[in-house]
Amino acid sequence: MSASDLVDRAKPAARTVDIGERARLAARRRDRILSIASPLGLLLAWELAAQTGLIDVRFFPAPSAIIGKLIEMARSGELTENVLISLQRIVLGFLLGGVPAIVIGIAMGIWRPIRALVDPLIVATYPIPKSSLLPLILLIFGLDEMSKVVMVAIGVFYPMAINATAGVLQINQIYLDVGKSFKASPWDTFRTIALPGALPFIMTGVKLGAGLALILIAIAEMVGAKSGIGYMIWSAWETFAVTKMYVGLFVIALIGFAISLLLNEIERWVIRWKADA
Amino acid sequence: MTTALDPAGGSQRRVKIRIKHLVKRFRSLVAIDDVSIDIEEGTFFAIVGPSGCGKTTLLRILGGLDQVTSGEVEISDPAPGRPKYSMVFQGDSIFPWMTVRENAAYGLKMRKAPKQEITEAVGRYLDRTGLTRFADHYPHQLSGGMRQRVSIARAFANDPEVLLMDEPFSALDEQNRTILQQELLRIWEVDKKTVVFITHSVDEAVTLADKIMVMTASPGRAKTVIDVALERPRNVLELRNDPRYGKIVYGIWGHLKDEVERARL
Repeated sequence: MSASDLVDRAKPAARTVDIGERARLAARRRDRILSIASPLGLLLAWELAAQTGLIDVRFFPAPSAIIGKLIEMARSGELTENVLISLQRIVLGFLLGGVPAIVIGIAMGIWRPIRALVDPLIVATYPIPKSSLLPLILLIFGLDEMSKVVMVAIGVFYPMAINATAGVLQINQIYLDVGKSFKASPWDTFRTIALPGALPFIMTGVKLGAGLALILIAIAEMVGAKSGIGYMIWSAWETFAVTKMYVGLFVIALIGFAISLLLNEIERWVIRWKADA
Repeated sequence: MTTALDPAGGSQRRVKIRIKHLVKRFRSLVAIDDVSIDIEEGTFFAIVGPSGCGKTTLLRILGGLDQVTSGEVEISDPAPGRPKYSMVFQGDSIFPWMTVRENAAYGLKMRKAPKQEITEAVGRYLDRTGLTRFADHYPHQLSGGMRQRVSIARAFANDPEVLLMDEPFSALDEQNRTILQQELLRIWEVDKKTVVFITHSVDEAVTLADKIMVMTASPGRAKTVIDVALERPRNVLELRNDPRYGKIVYGIWGHLKDEVERARL
């Protein structure tokens, strides 16, 4: 036997990779089906309970009635308009809070002095319930769009910044050594090592931030807006239009669900290099 | 024993790496104590020693990852624009978020090499390491041996003056290690760059190197330098059958035995 025999035999089999790939795809499809089945099941049970009089439809109108109202409101344009304005605020807030959160969070992870400088500020302000800041935000930014966008931005900033820092800190030192050894500039270290290495953690921060964004946009619109889903729910309460109120709740739930599906897809794409992605 | 060792043999080659009175202390611990050595251009230079003899520290100093406490380390650098060194690390060091191709291109990209040069060099070394078919795979799809090949391709593609290798095969099983040793020799023999190769395996050092420095246990000192007078190209397996091979391995163990025992105390 010669060394070259050994070399030939050591070529890894491409087929094993394919089988693993197929199993992973099947598991992914199953997960997706399951995550759609559970909310549908809940709706079905609710409908049955309302139809049979098990629950009081004055407080809990049947999903079919809510959907009827939803279609009516969608036709009149009232719903679409409010949904779009809320989504716009969420997206802008995400950008306003998320981009600096990632930059500051990663910088804190890479450079100790920055961490020492910024960390106390984050630790001190993090426990403040973001909703309690609303009066102050309204005072500063008025009743215009900006106050709502800022509320979302503040909510999104904390989980994203904290997770970005944690994400960088858990990067194996050897990767930073490799960067140093190949003379990576600070910008290249950020771009090629810290950011991609921290991305799994950052995506967790984004998901947490999305949940907070929905909570905060609803509250902000209830108090300080004349449009958006939060406003829609609040004005329905003021006029005792219970079904309309449910449409608002229903739509918010739907938006939350759609956002989390979207974020899961983004996550899969962004960290496709991970074994279990 | 404080020895400044002259490279044996009367070759006319230029000195590529000069280490003069190198001392490295971590607080009160002396990791490396007054090591002086000249390594000539084109030499495959191995350093063996027991755990904790400071051999990895020595390599990290050569690679700019650690600073000397005193003394001098110099890599002569006559070719402008080429990096002085590239390092192959112990264990998994390729970026899991980059494909094989992107990993292999890393050094070249960091020094802003022209696109065409990157494509050519990466293609060449992916070919030589048998990775072409896996160029667009991510590391998690590869075996440990394949990942270490990527690390080697990354270092070679960067086209450095000197290659620094820190126990690159120590995490692999013996069969994979043998295969990669043979591949490393095959790639290295193409243009015979200066290599500093750290290992705790005497067999590996004799298999690969032209010269072997034996280091003492803590504090790390240079005990002796041994010439490996085995012709090239070498066949890793046939070598085992060569009586000269056994003799050299045995000789090095003679130097190392006391050190290993001392390190255990």
